[in-house]
Amino acid sequence: MFTSTIVLSLLGVGLGGLLGLAAKVFSVGEENPLVEDIEGMLPGSNCGQCGFPGCKPAAEAIVDGSADLTCCPPGGKALVSSLAEHLGMDPSTIGEPAAPSLAYIKESLCTGCTRCFKVCPTDAIVGANKQIHSVIGSACTGCGKCKDACPEDCISLEPETVDLDSWHWPKPQWA
Amino acid sequence: MKTTADLLMAAAPHAHDKSSVDRIMLHVCLALSPVTAWGFYLFGWPAIILWTITCLSAVASEAFCLWLRGYKINRVSDASALLTGWLLALSLPPWAPWWIGVGGSALAIIVGKHLYGGIGQNIFNPAMLARVALLVSFPVQMTTWIYVEPISHIPAPDLVTSLSIIFSDGGEYLSSTNQLTDGVTGATILGELKTAYTAHTVAEVSSTHFQWWPALTGITKGSMGETSEILILIGAAWLLLLRIISWHIPVSIIATIAMISLLFHVGDPDRYASPILHLTSGGLLFTAFFIATDYVTSPSSPFGKILFGCGTALVMFAIRSWGGFPEGAGFAVLFMNALTPLIDRYCKPRAYGRDFKGKARKLLKNARKVI
Amino acid sequence: MFRFSPIKGGIHPDSHKDHTANRDILTSMPIPERLYLPLFQQAGASALPVVGIGDPVLKGQQIAVTGGGLSAHIHAPTSGKLIAIEDIVAPHPSGLPAPAMVLESDGDDLPLEQPSICNPFTRDPEELATEVEQAGIVGLGGAIFPSAVKLRQGRRFEIKTLIINGGECEPYLTTDDRLMQERAEQIVEGARLIQHIIEAYAVIIAVEDNKPNAIAALKKAAAPHGKLRVAVVPSMYPMGSAKQLIQAVTGEEVPAGMRSNDVGILVHNVATAYAIQQALCFKRPLTSRVVTVGGSCIASPHNVEALFGTPISHLIEYCGGLKREPARLIMGGPMMGQTLPSINTPVMKGTSAILALSPEEVNEKSPDPCIRCSRCVSACPMGLVPLEMAKHVKADSFDGAQTYGLRDCILCGSCSYVCPSHIPLVNYFEYAKGELKNQRTAAQKLAYTQQLTKAREERIEKEAAAKKAAKSKKRRSRDRSASKSTPSSTPSETSSSEPTAENDS
Repeated sequence: MFTSTIVLSLLGVGLGGLLGLAAKVFSVGEENPLVEDIEGMLPGSNCGQCGFPGCKPAAEAIVDGSADLTCCPPGGKALVSSLAEHLGMDPSTIGEPAAPSLAYIKESLCTGCTRCFKVCPTDAIVGANKQIHSVIGSACTGCGKCKDACPEDCISLEPETVDLDSWHWPKPQWA
Repeated sequence: MKTTADLLMAAAPHAHDKSSVDRIMLHVCLALSPVTAWGFYLFGWPAIILWTITCLSAVASEAFCLWLRGYKINRVSDASALLTGWLLALSLPPWAPWWIGVGGSALAIIVGKHLYGGIGQNIFNPAMLARVALLVSFPVQMTTWIYVEPISHIPAPDLVTSLSIIFSDGGEYLSSTNQLTDGVTGATILGELKTAYTAHTVAEVSSTHFQWWPALTGITKGSMGETSEILILIGAAWLLLLRIISWHIPVSIIATIAMISLLFHVGDPDRYASPILHLTSGGLLFTAFFIATDYVTSPSSPFGKILFGCGTALVMFAIRSWGGFPEGAGFAVLFMNALTPLIDRYCKPRAYGRDFKGKARKLLKNARKVI
Repeated sequence: MFRFSPIKGGIHPDSHKDHTANRDILTSMPIPERLYLPLFQQAGASALPVVGIGDPVLKGQQIAVTGGGLSAHIHAPTSGKLIAIEDIVAPHPSGLPAPAMVLESDGDDLPLEQPSICNPFTRDPEELATEVEQAGIVGLGGAIFPSAVKLRQGRRFEIKTLIINGGECEPYLTTDDRLMQERAEQIVEGARLIQHIIEAYAVIIAVEDNKPNAIAALKKAAAPHGKLRVAVVPSMYPMGSAKQLIQAVTGEEVPAGMRSNDVGILVHNVATAYAIQQALCFKRPLTSRVVTVGGSCIASPHNVEALFGTPISHLIEYCGGLKREPARLIMGGPMMGQTLPSINTPVMKGTSAILALSPEEVNEKSPDPCIRCSRCVSACPMGLVPLEMAKHVKADSFDGAQTYGLRDCILCGSCSYVCPSHIPLVNYFEYAKGELKNQRTAAQKLAYTQQLTKAREERIEKEAAAKKAAKSKKRRSRDRSASKSTPSSTPSETSSSEPTAENDS
């Protein structure tokens, strides 16, 4: 009776101490490290297509569950699957992100005001003062910041089109 | 020349061999027909009636399930249900009552196949699942083996009597023939061996009960599929020739049984039967060529198939030698069916340019020289 | 059943070659009025046009240059005038538009003056490789991989064996067969030229045993040249695939993820060898090829030497037109060829055949569920498990499909051919491969844009810092001067200098 009481109390104190120690040593700081990881995976262009003011708030929203993994159109399917892997979710249960789009400049309306390329987060617009600007497709994330900045309203966002290189056979459909 | 707006756009290839699911199933049925016909001759009208009932109810169950699941009923034309019913009929005692056939078929198709998702999705061989379920539920009916009464012989039951044997208890005929001969029913050779095993008289029983000619021709007690080994081999040769089954599973089953029974037989002939007896009795060959080779429930890689065959043979031998049942083919196949997904996972074939683990092969030394 | 086979798996489809294998190649097809030359007809990048609309061109004149890296030049197949560069329906199952140069023939077929050339065997291999590039030659066996790139890769390795691929295993196709029968000497010379360029030790011309005439012709042509051997391989599909042919001829396997160079072997098609010979001995650029026009819907199946850009409808008409309405119109063989969206699409460098197949030949049925018969496993020449791959792709689990070998799949179609359930296995794999490729492209773009964003942020920070530094420096100097002279400095002066700084950015 006496021995068992002693043993159990010692055990309790010992384990409690270990737990306390573990809480100190392995403590997670104010910021969830997951947020940082996810922010690193996002495009980082703070384009706002997800509905959040930037990539960091989006990462926070993804971590606390208020945003879907599919919220980032520029990241596309690849981002969805890598996010799912990182968060331990089954990628097949997650839907598809919106098709990424690209910015197009209507050359007939462009006055060469340079405002769009100043706001472009990826420097995807080339041009100079009083010269027609043009979008480099391979660098454009379709964030739409240029569209908002354009005083002539000559920039439009068009969904990326399928070409011979990106076309592939669709999945066969049958029961 | 017309414009080709209605040309079909489809992915390659644009050619196909003549194979189809129903052709495969019908070929297996064809391969089964010699042994079935022989069984009809040996066991007479009751066997024919039971076979018909079993096959019909299998097809009916399939049609019912397809309708229930919202598929087109004409899918029964793939003949897979017919084959299941056929295989089941061949593994039943030839004079079993009608409800064994109907219940078995329904069990095989509904529980064994469609509850798993239909064709191609079942884990266990439907026919064996049904047979084993019947065996443990109705041991008396499932182990009442009749002596051979060829259809042309006088004491064989005619059609009307046969109907009464299958659909009622057939008591009159059975009791009357009982007086004429020394009883119509009895144990199979494996049943005798089971008793002999405990009495340590295997050698004696084998020598008195086992004869070459009946074993090969099937003029002996047993289910229809257990009768003639020669006819089973003819059907099997047909399937092998058409490459409908591969040699891996049957050969590994037969080789394993032969080797392991030889080993034990040499060690203690009083307790263990000889390889010849093992190979020619019971449903071993039938199982090896027609049951274990079921596509859906056996592994897909050649090495996996060999492993599957060895495992089946080992379990079968263990049940025959030490288990509670005289014949273990059904249990052995079901046991290995359960292991099939595992085998498939770990026995992938070796890919071109890779080793067995799937890693890229290493270049031989000095094979690559950059200039 | 237990027949020895030098390769894994493989199938024996009906060859359907007897219609065309014994008929001469038709070489005098009339030149069509207009030729359509797609800019994208080789592996890699599109070619770039170098002649303007309305410019006259001569036969053999370069009209588009390589788009850099993996690409090839395009030459005018005949003389005439370039009348447009416009989108046409691509000879591709997608039916998407693709830019093409439209050449109007003047009917004179005037060749470009070419300088006379000396014996190519005495010339520098590197120079010859450049000449092959100048001739716009790509692999004519189906891969349309630029030959010069392959030759240069071969030069960087020690090549023990050069294999000339005469294993034309696709049903219906007899272009290589006929070429070997009729132009064996040129092929042998082409093979020796390739050997000269890559400095290979031995040359083996591998031919399937169902082409006895071709084997005889090649043996006769090869007799005077000691190092050149004609090897006979069993005819089965896919013997003409480079990896399988290497296995059949040398017994070696190319390790996964490597090229044949790595094991000291280089494979070129017989038609490519012929084209290289023509280019190096006669300065003839690649402007035409032999095309099998076949299938049971073609009235008079033949091999035709067709100029690139010839509309397919012309070819079919030249072969007697269509006997009946085809179920499918295919460019290439029935196993790996692609359906064509229109009869007006042109012949390209990779067009080995035009087949008009009847429904009976295609034998298409709606798919049944998989019964796991594992015929696909035994048919797969790469030793993969197609049924499991398809199951994973069906569930969009591409990683799962890759563990069963999706990456190694060569899309040969053997599995689909033997599947009793008629499951479109290759369709699944093409879908998965395409999807994976697009995912890779998207991931690359993501990485690229991330990098750009970071670079921009850094630059803005730097600029801001520089501006700040400049400002404080100015203020300091002004403060200093102000303390010396008048203490009245207005903030408007400082702001006036700002726009210039901004414009500089």
